[in-house]
Amino acid sequence: MKEIVVISGKGGTGKTSITASIAYLGGKDVVVADCDVDAADMHLLMKPDYAKSEDFYSGEIAEINPDMCINCGKCKEVCRFNAVSIANQKHTVSSLNCEGCGYCARVCPVGAISMVEQNVGKVHISNTKAGNMMVHAELGIGADNSGKLVAKVKKEAKLLAEKTNKEFIIIDGSPGVGCPVVSSLSGADFVVLVTEPTVAGLHDLERVYQLVKKFNIKAGCIINKADLNTNVEKEIQEFLKRENVAHIANLPYDETFTKAMTVGQTIVEYGESDLKNIVAESWDKVKELVAN
Amino acid sequence: MKIAIASGKGGTGKTTLSSNLAAYISEKEKVVLCDLDVEEPNSGLFIKGKLIHKEDKFKMVPSWDSNKCTFCGLCQDVCNYNAVIKLEDKIMVFPDLCHSCYACSELCPENALPMIPEKMGELKHFESGDISFIESHLDVGREQAVPLISQTIEYVDEHFPKETIRLYDSPPGTSCPVIEATKEVDFVILITEPTPFGFHDLKLAIETMKKMEKEFAVVINRYGIGNDDVLNYCKDNDIPLLAKIPNDRYIAELYSSGELIYTRVPEVKKQLKHVYDYILKLKENNEV
Repeated sequence: MKEIVVISGKGGTGKTSITASIAYLGGKDVVVADCDVDAADMHLLMKPDYAKSEDFYSGEIAEINPDMCINCGKCKEVCRFNAVSIANQKHTVSSLNCEGCGYCARVCPVGAISMVEQNVGKVHISNTKAGNMMVHAELGIGADNSGKLVAKVKKEAKLLAEKTNKEFIIIDGSPGVGCPVVSSLSGADFVVLVTEPTVAGLHDLERVYQLVKKFNIKAGCIINKADLNTNVEKEIQEFLKRENVAHIANLPYDETFTKAMTVGQTIVEYGESDLKNIVAESWDKVKELVAN
Repeated sequence: MKIAIASGKGGTGKTTLSSNLAAYISEKEKVVLCDLDVEEPNSGLFIKGKLIHKEDKFKMVPSWDSNKCTFCGLCQDVCNYNAVIKLEDKIMVFPDLCHSCYACSELCPENALPMIPEKMGELKHFESGDISFIESHLDVGREQAVPLISQTIEYVDEHFPKETIRLYDSPPGTSCPVIEATKEVDFVILITEPTPFGFHDLKLAIETMKKMEKEFAVVINRYGIGNDDVLNYCKDNDIPLLAKIPNDRYIAELYSSGELIYTRVPEVKKQLKHVYDYILKLKENNEV
């Protein structure tokens, strides 16, 4: 069983549309995991049925019992996150600022502070319209610990793939290079980088690839909107050569992308277009690269 | 006056709006542009100025002093992040898991875990005409964006007068990095595209801003693609719609080579004026 992660560094390069298309083409051979838990969109294309849902708890937040608090101020003194303030002459914790370190609870002389486990979101296991199963999540609004939720989604997807004997797990990663991305890369067998020929796309590709290198994972790259800027497209090709990253395909700048999304379809379901064929060839190429 | 430009979904035009708006405003008054998308900062590709200052940024993490340690294990017990682990013959610290809460260090009875600075990124300050541009890059491999975002905001707070308009180009998403970037601002501009993805993530961003009790408004980018859902949603929920930036391949081409757009596309300049006028009104109301 192989884990294939799709990431991009920069947001909005077409990562989710391409991942969903691959997941659609993979059909019954794959398990799908949406690890972009911060702004999960893949369900809009895969039409999951939410067959099984569970709450996900991770991390804690301090709560001060006002009846026990003696207003000594020790908690405020030790908090490095400015999470403790005084309202109506009582010490209270701002849940937005609290990082859940528990230092205040340890130093409170009267035991007025308890650490309360946080419900940070929901994890769903669904059947999709492509005939495969998908693990996806919703991060609670403003919740911490997206990295841990990503790890949970990946773990569930892996269990599912093992249990049902699937060849591939297709993972939609998040933008950036921080903790959710690190979490989605750990244990992956192959990375598909989706980029666009813009100065920002290239800049972010270079940064996220540095991260991929640290994990020592083989990678291939799809250049979306490839004809938008031929100079930057060339620079990307040179970068790929230099770094020995396989060039999977160039997709043209084509509003079919958005049109398909607007009716809730993946690119490979929508009408007849060059795009459709190139994406299908890309999936074959990814499978070939993963096999070698 | 602090204004965050945020989005939920990535790639909807935060950087385009931030950099073009900053340049537009700088034609009328001094403005600060601060790129808080420290994982993938891009505003600097569009605003080129003279580098006047740069500094490494650090976060504090514990370091183990083997001479003082008695292996009591309290450090491991108090760490809620598994960042300090006691082994047979040593204490291991994992800086990327550490949140710099100081509990292990200050509660250690032997003072065997003094806090030391660990580099997490770099801040740069550029000046370009009437734009002061500040950006920070998180070192690749570092996982936590939040401490760097918070220190970057501190730098801006220390170096510029309160009245100056400060635009914060914020990270995507709805979790800790965007909370950190927006929690102290006076106003949030949410930029989206009128597609199902854009609309879905806009609603998440709106929920986040409501939870934080922030005043916000919406700008639609690539107006003309997708459908009318965003437009109708804003209308039905009385959310101010400040501007509509048209969907146009020419704009995408200018963006792709790192060019500002409003100087070449009159319609975009007109839309930026709507946003600026709104900011001026807010500023007036704030001062009253």
